[in-house]
Amino acid sequence: MLNKQELSDLILEIVPEATFPEATQLTEVLVPAEKLLALAEGLKKNSKTAFDYLISLTAVDFTTHMTIVYHLDSTQFRHLVVLKVQLTDRENPAVDSVTPVWATAEFHEREVFDLFGIRFNNHPNLQRLFLEDDYGYPLRKDFRDEINIIER
Amino acid sequence: MSEDIIKDVIVRENEDYIINMGPQHPSTHGVLRFEVCLKGETIKYLIPHIGYIHRGIEKMCEAITYQQIIHLTDRMDYLSAHINNEAVCMVVEEALQVEVPERVKYIRTILDELNRLASHQLWWCAFGMDLGALTAFFYGLRDREQILDIFEESFGSRLLHSFNTPGGFMHDVHPNFQKRTKEFITYFRKKLPEYDQLLTGNIIFQERAKGVGFMSREKAIAYGVTGPSARGSNLACDIRKIAPYGAYDKVQFNEILLTEGDTFARYQVRMAEMWESLKIIEQLVDNIPEGDYTAKMKPIIKLPAGEYFKRVETARGELAVYVVSDGNKTPHRVKFRTPNFSNLFIMNELAAGGKIADLVAISGSLDLVIPDIDR
Repeated sequence: MLNKQELSDLILEIVPEATFPEATQLTEVLVPAEKLLALAEGLKKNSKTAFDYLISLTAVDFTTHMTIVYHLDSTQFRHLVVLKVQLTDRENPAVDSVTPVWATAEFHEREVFDLFGIRFNNHPNLQRLFLEDDYGYPLRKDFRDEINIIER
Repeated sequence: MSEDIIKDVIVRENEDYIINMGPQHPSTHGVLRFEVCLKGETIKYLIPHIGYIHRGIEKMCEAITYQQIIHLTDRMDYLSAHINNEAVCMVVEEALQVEVPERVKYIRTILDELNRLASHQLWWCAFGMDLGALTAFFYGLRDREQILDIFEESFGSRLLHSFNTPGGFMHDVHPNFQKRTKEFITYFRKKLPEYDQLLTGNIIFQERAKGVGFMSREKAIAYGVTGPSARGSNLACDIRKIAPYGAYDKVQFNEILLTEGDTFARYQVRMAEMWESLKIIEQLVDNIPEGDYTAKMKPIIKLPAGEYFKRVETARGELAVYVVSDGNKTPHRVKFRTPNFSNLFIMNELAAGGKIADLVAISGSLDLVIPDIDR
């Protein structure tokens, strides 16, 4: 089990640009989108971290940018880390798929694509998961539902 | 483009046989569709299609208050309703740093385990029926009724009881709660061996379950499988042990781990978990402390801006709630990482290469609840 300092040192070795937001519930790491896949592979392969279990993969729309959030766990050490990637491009947001690292990511990424319209490069089968092809991206903050199910 | 599609159809017609199982098939236990590609009787691959009951719970949560969100979580995994409620309550309590009374922790844990028992009983009924053992259904439902009666007496509802509120409960449990829970334990300890006599030892059942749908430990981790399904493959993933919440740190119980990884192992894990649940309830039910049924809470709950993450163990695996708050009374974003979503997609790995007749046994052993997948 690593403490926060050891973990951040390990991460900085792989991605020197990574930053660590202060005063968060869990250890969080902010990485540039192009370095994400390298960091994911590194964190999984390193025997000290062994983050082999992707708990959840989701996105949050902050209107100025969208953040993709990866919650990672290790079945061996049971320590948690949160990876975050910020995307400022709302027209064509894209990030590398982490499906080669964690198989479960394939479906979580399809869900994020379905609800946020974020594309995942090199994804094996990037199709919508729940909704129809022309529906729009409902979890974006600028989404307007015309039949007013949610807003009153 | 159109030529490709035509070619695709011809290739499929010549070599493979595509069958749609669902969305109205009784053994999918809900509106789920498997696109099954067959060669003879052997499954070549299987694609799950979901979204038939997608209600957009995460989007709805962005427009309502935290107290209201609790009522939506019932409708995800409706067989673990109480545990889902508790997860949201725990996020709010942790964010506001509210210390809930001991009485609440004890009763919550008892209710969690009663809920888990009721869920496993219904799974046992349905699993037996999937494999053709119809009598199992009556045995299981007879005993589940006893638990639902306890719920009804205390909450007024049997299945979707939004009894938890941030800080505690809506009201105190019924005065009979302790007595009836104890009566139920004595009753069910006598009845549970009947389950084994009826189904577990049955040679036809064993032939259909043993060696079918093998899940390796590595695959379980890669696909994020949790709960009894993963514990049948020797993956220790019980959140009650990893990060105890409620009164789980005060009780002794075993995490059931089996190494076989087949359908029968997953069956045995759930059967053994029922005994463990009884053990947990027994340790707590006599010692419920007196006191308030809720901590003091403000009528309007606003979480401080920030991000909160909490995990609980439902009857099917790990439920994680991730809340992003911007300081308002409605959340900015809520994500429910539901156990069934991850558990479903290992189906292709388990079923491919096997016979079509085993498909129902495999999907039954994963204990899928479809509204939990779609949300």
